[in-house]
Amino acid sequence: MDFYLTALLQGLCLSAIALGIYISMKIFNIPDITTDGSYTLGGAVTAKLLVLHQPVFLALPVVIAAGAIAGALTGLIHTKLKINALLAGILVMTALYSVNLTLMGRSNIPLINTASIFSLINISADFNHNVFWILLVFVAIITLLIGYLLKTDFGIAMRATGNSESMIRALGVNTDRMKIIGLALANALTALSGFLMTQFQGFADINMGIGIVITGLGSVIIAETLINWLRITSVWLSLLLVLSGAIIFQFVLAITLSTGVDPTLLKAVTAVFVLLIVSLPRLSFKSSA
Amino acid sequence: MIAIENVHKVYNRGKANLVNAVNGVDLEIAEQEFLVIVGSNGSGKTTLLNLVAGSVLPSSGTVHIDGNNVTRLADYRRSEWIARVFQNPLSGTAPDLSILDNFRLAAIRTKAKGLSIGINDNFKKQVKDKISTLGMGLENKTDQLMGTLSGGQRQALTLLMSVMDTCKVLLLDEPTAALDPRSAEIVMRTADKLITEFKLTAILVTHNLKDAYTYGNRIIQMGEGKILHDVKGKDKSALKQSDLFDWFG
Repeated sequence: MDFYLTALLQGLCLSAIALGIYISMKIFNIPDITTDGSYTLGGAVTAKLLVLHQPVFLALPVVIAAGAIAGALTGLIHTKLKINALLAGILVMTALYSVNLTLMGRSNIPLINTASIFSLINISADFNHNVFWILLVFVAIITLLIGYLLKTDFGIAMRATGNSESMIRALGVNTDRMKIIGLALANALTALSGFLMTQFQGFADINMGIGIVITGLGSVIIAETLINWLRITSVWLSLLLVLSGAIIFQFVLAITLSTGVDPTLLKAVTAVFVLLIVSLPRLSFKSSA
Repeated sequence: MIAIENVHKVYNRGKANLVNAVNGVDLEIAEQEFLVIVGSNGSGKTTLLNLVAGSVLPSSGTVHIDGNNVTRLADYRRSEWIARVFQNPLSGTAPDLSILDNFRLAAIRTKAKGLSIGINDNFKKQVKDKISTLGMGLENKTDQLMGTLSGGQRQALTLLMSVMDTCKVLLLDEPTAALDPRSAEIVMRTADKLITEFKLTAILVTHNLKDAYTYGNRIIQMGEGKILHDVKGKDKSALKQSDLFDWFG
């Protein structure tokens, strides 16, 4: 049972990434892979500050700012230098590896006897239950904020930027600026996942971000499949499905591992799983046509 | 309202495939003038329209709108004066947003898009009333996604959207080129009605000589980046459709 609880908790930790990828990929239509770097950046900043005995309340805004700067850099390279978004993301991600390593000073920082968001409040004696409630509140707040944002005039303009650029420029929106803000927001969310995961697993590692973009992508694609299938247009339901996608994704990985698959094959399994959810809807369309 | 002075637009300068898309055009468009631009493909009429819109910046010359020098101003900053309808119905609206969301953005075209929720019951009613004037039965479908509508419906809605906020200049870039004849007629009539009703200055680029003949109070013909004919006011009304055909003869 604990096994599945851990999967649920990891899913909640990674749901911020899923929201971030949802914003960059679905709302702005930009394939952003700065993610791998900004996730580790979030973890590295968190670990460094906590080891220096800084309070969690200081770490949180610093992590958000760090992620936002990373995203804004990708956005600037993409919009101002007119470089392909994928390449811009790869460049920033690669550079972030050195930044993260410099920040951390070594490849792994264990968190022992340091402050943690999960020990701020004691709701339950059981560590995992406590983590669950804190994560739930944390993710709920983020989701409410993003949901509200998408409902505002600014949010509608954001959604239109990825959907019909010519239209939204004609309606007076600087789309370059909008994309930079969008990528900053997406990567701030990604860094938040790094913040949560580092404290949950009790360490930050320079390699923790490798392939994490696939986790976010997989979660969003699960959500998208459901959104299309159920013909959902509501912003709130879409966000809830993205969160569910992140959790479903972790459950699938947990179940795969529990069947005795070698953990070294985990990344391969992840990739195959994402390939399956991307291709299955297409395959079934083909047979019905 | 719009003053274009000695404007040139050169593409691929210094290369073998150099194009003088607009070659020294002087054009003064008065307030409430409805200018129709005709010309064969590659004559520079769309470039001229885009120079006014700001999607294309001139190689030399100046562009003034409502007394402001906008020569180097980006397209999104000209939305203060200009509303646009594109050739492709997909370009003027956001397909994955609801009709209501599209109208909300149009209603704040000249304003900042802030962090408050602007769609309330009052706004919904306002949009419904506006849409019902089209008589297309779309007023009860405002929560539907824009992408589920036909090209004609989307062009008609784009026109309505342009007058949701204060608008001085309306740019129509072959708005009916992608539509069937019936939808095209509805869209052109709606455009004409709105231009009169809201006292707009308008520019219509078209290949349809019947529309060029029917609508507008001034017509110019472009050819090789220059203005070949310029007929306005009474002379435009006196112009026969066959005269237009002769221009292209």
